[in-house]
Amino acid sequence: MDALLDVHGLVKRFGGNYAVDGATFGVERGSITGMIGPNGAGKTTCFNCIAGSLVPDGGRVVYDGEDITGLPSYRVFRRGLTRTFQIPQELSAMTVLENLMVVPAEQAGERVVDSWLRPWRVAAQERSIAERAHEVLAEVDLTHEAQNYAGNLSGGQRKLLELARALMSEPGMILLDEPSAGVNPTLTRRLVEHIQGLRERFGITFFVIAHDMDFMQRLCERLIVMADGQVLVEGEPREVLENTEVQAAYLGSVTA
Amino acid sequence: MDILQLVIVGMVVGSIIGLGAMGLTLTFGVLKFANFAHADLMTLGMYLAFFVIVDVGIVGGHVGPFSFGWGMIPAVLFAWGGVAAFTVGVDRFVFRPLRRRETDFLSIGIASLGVAIALQAVVQAIWGSAPLRYHSEIHRALTFAGGLKIKPDQILIIGLTLAMAVALYLLLHRTRLGTAMRATSDNAPLAEASGIDTERVRIATWVIASAMTAVAGVMFALQSQLRFDAGFEFLLLPMFAAVILGGIGNPWGALVGGLIVGISQELSTEWINTGFKPGVPFLLLILILIVRPRGLFGSETQWST
Amino acid sequence: MLPVDAFTSLAGEAPALLPPLITFGGSVNWTVGFLTTAAIFAIAALALNVQWGYTGTINFGVVAFFGVGAYTSALLTLDAPGEFESYVGGLELAIPIGWVGGMVAGGVLALLVGLPTLRLRDDFLAIATIGIATILRSIANAQEGLVNRARGLNGIPRPLEGFANDMGVDYDLVLLVLTSGVLLMVFLVVRGATASPWGRVLRAIRENEATAQSVGKMTTSYRIQSFVLGGALMGLAGAIFAHRIGTIAPDSFDNLTTFLVWTMVIVGGSGNNRGVMLGALVVGFVWFGLPLIQEELPDFLGTRVFMLRRIAIGLLIIAFVLTRPQGLLGEEPRVSRFAPRGDGGGGLWPTGLWSRIRGQPGGGAA
Ligand SMILES: Nc1ncnc2c1ncn2[C@@H]1O[C@H](COP(=O)(O)OP(=O)(O)O)[C@@H](O)[C@H]1O
Ligand SMILES: [Mg+2]
Repeated sequence: MDALLDVHGLVKRFGGNYAVDGATFGVERGSITGMIGPNGAGKTTCFNCIAGSLVPDGGRVVYDGEDITGLPSYRVFRRGLTRTFQIPQELSAMTVLENLMVVPAEQAGERVVDSWLRPWRVAAQERSIAERAHEVLAEVDLTHEAQNYAGNLSGGQRKLLELARALMSEPGMILLDEPSAGVNPTLTRRLVEHIQGLRERFGITFFVIAHDMDFMQRLCERLIVMADGQVLVEGEPREVLENTEVQAAYLGSVTA
Repeated sequence: MDILQLVIVGMVVGSIIGLGAMGLTLTFGVLKFANFAHADLMTLGMYLAFFVIVDVGIVGGHVGPFSFGWGMIPAVLFAWGGVAAFTVGVDRFVFRPLRRRETDFLSIGIASLGVAIALQAVVQAIWGSAPLRYHSEIHRALTFAGGLKIKPDQILIIGLTLAMAVALYLLLHRTRLGTAMRATSDNAPLAEASGIDTERVRIATWVIASAMTAVAGVMFALQSQLRFDAGFEFLLLPMFAAVILGGIGNPWGALVGGLIVGISQELSTEWINTGFKPGVPFLLLILILIVRPRGLFGSETQWST
Repeated sequence: MLPVDAFTSLAGEAPALLPPLITFGGSVNWTVGFLTTAAIFAIAALALNVQWGYTGTINFGVVAFFGVGAYTSALLTLDAPGEFESYVGGLELAIPIGWVGGMVAGGVLALLVGLPTLRLRDDFLAIATIGIATILRSIANAQEGLVNRARGLNGIPRPLEGFANDMGVDYDLVLLVLTSGVLLMVFLVVRGATASPWGRVLRAIRENEATAQSVGKMTTSYRIQSFVLGGALMGLAGAIFAHRIGTIAPDSFDNLTTFLVWTMVIVGGSGNNRGVMLGALVVGFVWFGLPLIQEELPDFLGTRVFMLRRIAIGLLIIAFVLTRPQGLLGEEPRVSRFAPRGDGGGGLWPTGLWSRIRGQPGGGAA
């Protein structure tokens, strides 16, 4: 197996509480891998540690053969590993288009001096970035919202904007934290197609957290089950879901 | 001057800062915004007491060796009531609408700056610009062994601050209201979900914080003078320094922070130009922000999101 | 009570070098003086707009940056200290060099304050900045041989004075034209910077710093850049003020100046460069105009007109944060002036501004 992401013995504590407690797993290059587990299992915390939003207390994160453990999120991003947030974190007082145009790295106009001294170069770059943003918007069916403020979008649209922002960077891998939660069934079905299509066309690896088993079964080729900060089982969706331990973990969380 | 003498004065100043900071940290913890009007609320408190003692003329002779009479008791109660009524009113008409709208907390802080500016001007418009005192007689200091001079008022300031700190401790840890306040401070949505009326808790917080604010204001006036511009000039930064030193939302931390600020401020005059004194709390603040922004006694998770 | 003829502070308690508005001639003079003052304020407001309006960084120490710029420019351009004076500098340099020096000083102060605090929570920076002005003021007052302590600096050279004499034109008018010219340049510089991908990153940080970071922006670096640009422009405003007024002392730089600049930005519209200039004009007019009607007010108000206008400022801040957080003009709804027009970019004066002003309060811009 050619692992694009390799997580080894990851630990994250909050006070005395172990949110992630020695999780070890890998994500294969070009795959769509899912992560499930009861609420509070530590899935989001895993993502935060991988993406650099949190610094892990132990363990190693290797992306594309390089150790990225503890790197700040902006540097993780620059290596091609992008994430979305469980709760959409749109830039509400900016238009949808701007939300995307801010993403590309190393824009000339991001140096303040360039905006004064090399306006032509900045303008040329802006045109190509705007073009790309429109392509991405078309990709997630948000073209008609381009000039709307992100804060005015519906919950489902915000989820799509999260995805669009991740796509904007031409990433190698995208971490999606509950992209289907709160999205209506029709949109969810389209989301599966979107993600699979993106993988086919751009070879992006996806690592997805979700609770919706139906969604996950259709989307993923591999599932990782987390419980109490550790990996419980790992394998094909069908065999994982038939696993009694997994069912127990879920039932336990339902009755708890 | 003698180091010990400086430490004593530092403790007095530190008690005033610490008591004010206890009120500030309480509202910071429960209401989650930096109240830039807090120092001017202290100013309001000191002038409301002045209103009772001088404008109305309830002096009440002399209480023991202190500089004031029995009139100080109704004066302080009136000041508390006035500050409480003012803050609850401002909360109702300014802060609560902003809270409801889920504006970011910075905007509430900026609104509180508006409150501070207007309040200070109102105090100045009513009582004038000249510094005032509650009583004009000379207040003699007691002399202790080693030539140590302490005024009776100063002993009272330290004692009363400690007493109020203990009372606040009991209130927070031994009453249902205190538990509700701590729960709201920890996690307001969770507190609400478990049946706590958080809006009432917030009002109660203003009322309780007002007690410390008003008393600290009166103490400041006893130790120095009544000054309409005391807020931004003398009080606000040291109190915020104390709050952050102690960890936001932690009253004991704020008191200890206040004492640290007060004592280092006074001690600094032994080595540096007295004129630089206001820089000491600022340096302490920057230092703690660099080294340990959660404060000396703050826990790691308390403010992470 | 307070000396009426001494214009000691930009926001100060005296009505700003402004002769009473009695005769027509008087009103022309007043208007010229007022507009000059408003232009200086507008520069500071543009500077604060970079920090707060675009980046969401609170700076409650505006007057400190302003004062550092004023002192630096004065010390660079003044003659060497006389017998009863003691201050550093007195280099007799040209006034433009002094102004550049003032900018540099403001920027350096911003760097010093920003480096330790800008990676922390927003409200911590706000708290840290309330102290700077008080502290710098007390150092200026206390340290012998630095800036002549409370005696202040006198005889700061006035720009283009010789030119006005030679041409036989009214000096105040020359000064107004000069100040407005600088304001225009500052506007172009700030607009160039903010209506660009750089400004877009700032706004992203203001809206949600975690998101900005997650898309690869080194947010702390941008926060520092914007804080330093703002600080430098505040320093420039202070430098112009010093040379206009000729005499500065530590007390010239009171917190009122900070509060006024804040009111201008909030009233005019955080995140809108033309808005904050409008704010400087409107709020400045309330501030400097109110004392003019002192005589018309009933006695108990008339004698308290200086407090009255501070109450007005406080209430204006509250009212706008509560009911119109986007300010008079609201944020410029523009991607960046470089972006294609159809995508919200392009043009010096974007069209459809009014129709697209955010009706919704909130966002991070409030
Ligand atoms: N910032 C934080 N501070 C304190 N505890 C946290 C924080 N983030 C998560 N936790 C705790 O860590 C555990 C795992 O949370 P999370 O990773 O969000 O779970 P999941 O995404 O699997 O539902 C939970 O018990 C949660 O309360
Ligand atoms: Mg989660």
